[in-house]
Amino acid sequence: MNTTSPSSIPNRRARQRTVLPGFGLSAAITSLMIVGLVVIPLAVLILRAASLGPAGFLAAAWTPRARAAYAVSLGASLTAAIISSLLGLLVAWVLVRLEFPGRRILDALVDVPLALPTAVAGLVYSTLYVEKGWLGQWLVPMGIRGAYSRLGIVLVLVFVSLPFAIRVVQPVIESLDKDTEEAARLLGASKSQTFLRVVLPGILPAVVTGFALALARALGEYGSVVFISGNMPFKTEIAPVLIVSRLEEFAYAEATAIAVVLLGMSLSMLIVVNVLQQRLVRNAQ
Amino acid sequence: MTSKPRDAATASSPLGLLLIAGAVATVGLLIVAPLASVFVDAFSNGPRAWWEALAHDPDTRHAIWLSLTVAPVAVIVNTVFGVAAAWLVARFRFPGRSLLVSLFDVPFSVSPVVAGLALVLIFGRQGLLGPTLAWLAVKVIFAWPGLVLATTFVTLPLVVRELIPVMEAIGPEEEMAAVSLGANGWQVFWRVTLPNIRWALLHGIVLANARAMGEFGAVYVVSGHIAGATDTMPLRVEKLFQEYRTPASMAVASVLAALALLTLVAKVFIERQLETESKELEAARVPGADTDPSTGGLGK
Repeated sequence: MNTTSPSSIPNRRARQRTVLPGFGLSAAITSLMIVGLVVIPLAVLILRAASLGPAGFLAAAWTPRARAAYAVSLGASLTAAIISSLLGLLVAWVLVRLEFPGRRILDALVDVPLALPTAVAGLVYSTLYVEKGWLGQWLVPMGIRGAYSRLGIVLVLVFVSLPFAIRVVQPVIESLDKDTEEAARLLGASKSQTFLRVVLPGILPAVVTGFALALARALGEYGSVVFISGNMPFKTEIAPVLIVSRLEEFAYAEATAIAVVLLGMSLSMLIVVNVLQQRLVRNAQ
Repeated sequence: MTSKPRDAATASSPLGLLLIAGAVATVGLLIVAPLASVFVDAFSNGPRAWWEALAHDPDTRHAIWLSLTVAPVAVIVNTVFGVAAAWLVARFRFPGRSLLVSLFDVPFSVSPVVAGLALVLIFGRQGLLGPTLAWLAVKVIFAWPGLVLATTFVTLPLVVRELIPVMEAIGPEEEMAAVSLGANGWQVFWRVTLPNIRWALLHGIVLANARAMGEFGAVYVVSGHIAGATDTMPLRVEKLFQEYRTPASMAVASVLAALALLTLVAKVFIERQLETESKELEAARVPGADTDPSTGGLGK
């Protein structure tokens, strides 16, 4: 999603730009908001956790229940991000490369999860997959429980993260050079060879970016999961849900410690995937 | 996103049909079925029951009112911030600029629950500013200001992200011309910048509004979840569900879902305008002039 790289503007403009007014005012508004709303709150969170001391922090953040919650969060988010990336690649490919009636409607529907409140998604998913629900009446007798289970968590996380996986890959498929693919086919490559050797290397960085965004979104998600998971400690309790239940017990220290671990997980994962992606871009060039 | 497919032929091949079926099944099962079932469930007892669930429950009425007062304030704050931040980043160079741009994205990667907790640690009773706020008799957490702060945090990147690429693509030339002709800063903004970025700005506002109306996690933490006082519409959906009043919960959910559909229609319309404008921008570029269109107008 980071489409604006600061280095992409030539220096020539930079010098001319100083005649424009408004630097002071825009800098004041921007720094007030960023410092006041982002930097200070997160710094306070981290300092508060640091004030517990190493032993206190571990005692608060590394309880068996918290460890189980990290495992459920990570496992469900990774699974959901992988599924979203694969389904996202499929949907993006079909939207760009194939013509069929209803293509534009399908394209618009992809954005529904971005606009639909996650609480609504969670509510609806839980009613769809319970025993009497539209889908549950077929799936539950088959032993597939989509509500109050880990599968349910994965399902809603796929829902909330799917648009990210699709929208990042779609413009890259649009920009692919079809001549290269035709050349590969003319030179005797099979369809699958062309896809694996020519198409995939070009879109892989975008797929990885989509995966990272989907993962970041899934790790922090709360609204939809709280409806469908049943929130059973050690089984279906994700880390954000545990933070909230600690808060409701006024156990601020524990909530803060778990929050810092969660923050660390999502930020470090974003860094790892960013590095990976830069490498992929370099290899593709 | 709406350009014509260049490969219509493969659609009729068995593989093409299989891929289309897969994509339609994915979107149908994951997105359309849940969306349709909101409306079916909400109206299962007839429109009268739907209306009564919404209008005859004072707590639900209050939640609707609260959402309608919290979301616009957060959106207005983020519109002002978004325009200022985009102007700063797209029109000036200064040390720390790229760090600032990456800070814009932080709210995307922080769990809303964590964001809410951070606000509680500052403004809550046990928080950093707790004693001061108590002395001033100002309530932030478990009250309206906290809801606005939390909502503003989660929607922070949405407007600025839409504006930066558009302002960078347009370039500062028109604005500098206006300045050299004697226009002052506000004149430049209202007469030159704003008309150029209006569709991108609207796009950001529509997205921010949808997110603001629907935010759950961050708002849940700072609200204290007090029915009839700090419950917004999404929180009301959850509370009704917990009270085993699923039909009423679905009624509130259906209003939010209708709003989401409205957002999508607006989004499609605005994206069409944006597409036309970016084509006009490209056509207006003189070939061989200082900006090379093949690099997207971003220079050498």
